[in-house]
Amino acid sequence: MIPFTYTRAGDAAEAVRLAGRGDVKYIGGGTNLVDLLRETIERPAALVDVTGLSSAIEPRGNGGLLIGAAVRNTALAEHRDVRTRYPVLARAVLAGASGQIRNMATVGGNILQRTRCAYFYDTEGSRCNKRSPGQGCDAIDGFNRTHAILGASSSCVATHPSDMCVALAALGATVHLEGADGARTVPLTDLHRLPADHPEIETVLEPGELITAVELPPLAAAARSTYRKVRDRASYAFALVSVAAALEVDNGRVKEVRLALGGVAHKPWRAWAAETALRDGPATTRAFRAAAQAELAAANPLPDNGFKIELAIRTITAVLGELAGSDA
Amino acid sequence: MVTKDFSIRINGTAVGPPADPRVSLLDLLRETLQLHGTKKGCDQGACGACTVLADGERIVSCLALAVQYVGRNVVTIEGLAGDDELHPLQRAFIEHDGFQCGYCTPGQICSAVGMAAEARRGVPSHVTPDLTVGEVELTHDELRERMSGNLCRCGAHNGIVAAIAETCAGERK
Ligand SMILES: Cc1cc2nc3c(=O)[nH]c(=O)nc-3n(C[C@H](O)[C@H](O)[C@H](O)COP(=O)(O)OP(=O)(O)OC[C@H]3O[C@@H](n4cnc5c(N)ncnc54)[C@H](O)[C@@H]3O)c2cc1C
Ligand code: SF4
Ligand code: FES
Ligand code: FES
Repeated sequence: MIPFTYTRAGDAAEAVRLAGRGDVKYIGGGTNLVDLLRETIERPAALVDVTGLSSAIEPRGNGGLLIGAAVRNTALAEHRDVRTRYPVLARAVLAGASGQIRNMATVGGNILQRTRCAYFYDTEGSRCNKRSPGQGCDAIDGFNRTHAILGASSSCVATHPSDMCVALAALGATVHLEGADGARTVPLTDLHRLPADHPEIETVLEPGELITAVELPPLAAAARSTYRKVRDRASYAFALVSVAAALEVDNGRVKEVRLALGGVAHKPWRAWAAETALRDGPATTRAFRAAAQAELAAANPLPDNGFKIELAIRTITAVLGELAGSDA
Repeated sequence: MVTKDFSIRINGTAVGPPADPRVSLLDLLRETLQLHGTKKGCDQGACGACTVLADGERIVSCLALAVQYVGRNVVTIEGLAGDDELHPLQRAFIEHDGFQCGYCTPGQICSAVGMAAEARRGVPSHVTPDLTVGEVELTHDELRERMSGNLCRCGAHNGIVAAIAETCAGERK
């Protein structure tokens, strides 16, 4: 780690003021940032601790839920309204990391955690455009079994590792931001960028911009929702492919559906094409598989990760089948 | 003199935070305070050997900057037991051969203490079938999932799970 100063912010306004537009990083639980500081991948001059921001989960007038950026991952999965009204979110959080890390990790930090691409971490021996723009990408001709199949570029094929964000994408969550130029909101699905020619720019956040909260809209279909994560071991591993889904079936037809994928792209991947194919159509296994195939039609596999395409199709089909239950 | 507001309580004693904010809670414990019970395995959050309790919640101290724990109450394996007596989990680990080399053991025990408290207040896990139930029954599947953040290179997992299961069952009687 290179030296940095440390200050603790009492609230969002103070955090934004302390950060200014300088060479500053916010720190939540530190479970990703401390690692990256140690590897000198992140080299800020100053840290501003934002664990003192709101850690409340409050109902909104419209029936939604406002989740403070400093809410710990365990507290989110534990909250009664999240468990009963947005089970996909509780399940996604519980599928990630370990009990210890979920106790430390904050909602803001989870959203902005960085890729787990091994070449990105290998500062001594590997080329990486995300770490050192213009250097090249050793994953493209290397071991890329865990890398992206959708939305990647010739600059970067990394995936976004968050489970929680996949559920937030499916639910249509909005992220509340505050910066030197004031406050704004951004849909979670627009917050992370695809790599294109600049994999080092991962989100639409401005320098110094702070996540203050995440808002869940009211969504009746979310009451029947779930998250399935496929990984190399039964627990405590990142996703190869994961599926967040909500489904409302009426008289054998799909009334409302929400679908997002993890482990496949540089951002949590909302499956818009599959949703369109499914909405108002029959809630059958055949229709579920056809919609999954439509979503994955754009997939562009690397030498080692072609298996993810069929894995994603089968996982989507199985999860929608599970949610449809006897209605299918 | 270290005042309460600017100190970290470690096993009941107020300790000043390190002057250098880069120092992890783990290094503060081991290097500065000579509390060697907490172990360093991976230093990356992946093994659980460095698990301690902060205000009763289990955390990995290797990814914790010590300065972030000012005002908090940290308990390590050294602080769990009474003066002359082992903690019930320590006794159960001996009884069930819950260790071989012992390197992962302090982390396993601190993690189990935090885990049991989570289960008591109804925190669900990845394998909990019904998310809406109040208190979770700690089946072996639940225990294995909830303890998956603590690796044991010696493969003592069967003894570890047996020791934790017996202790948790005893507490609930
Ligand atoms: C061993 C291990 C296994 C893991 N497994 C999984 C897994 O299976 N699934 C999964 O989803 N995750 C997993 N994780 C990642 C973990 O979920 C993240 O590290 C965690 O969510 C990050 O939250 P944090 O509060 O600790 O963030 P920090 O490390 O504190 O910060 C992360 C980033 O977010 C920024 N930041 C933090 N808060 C804010 C804010 N309010 N506004 C703006 N910027 C902010 C920081 O500047 C930093 O860039 C794992 C981590 C480890 C170490
Ligand atoms: S895939 Fe992206 S993060 Fe990984 S080495 Fe290539 S450029 Fe770096
Ligand atoms: S040393 Fe902290 S988790 Fe391995
Ligand atoms: S007893 Fe040796 S690592 Fe667990």
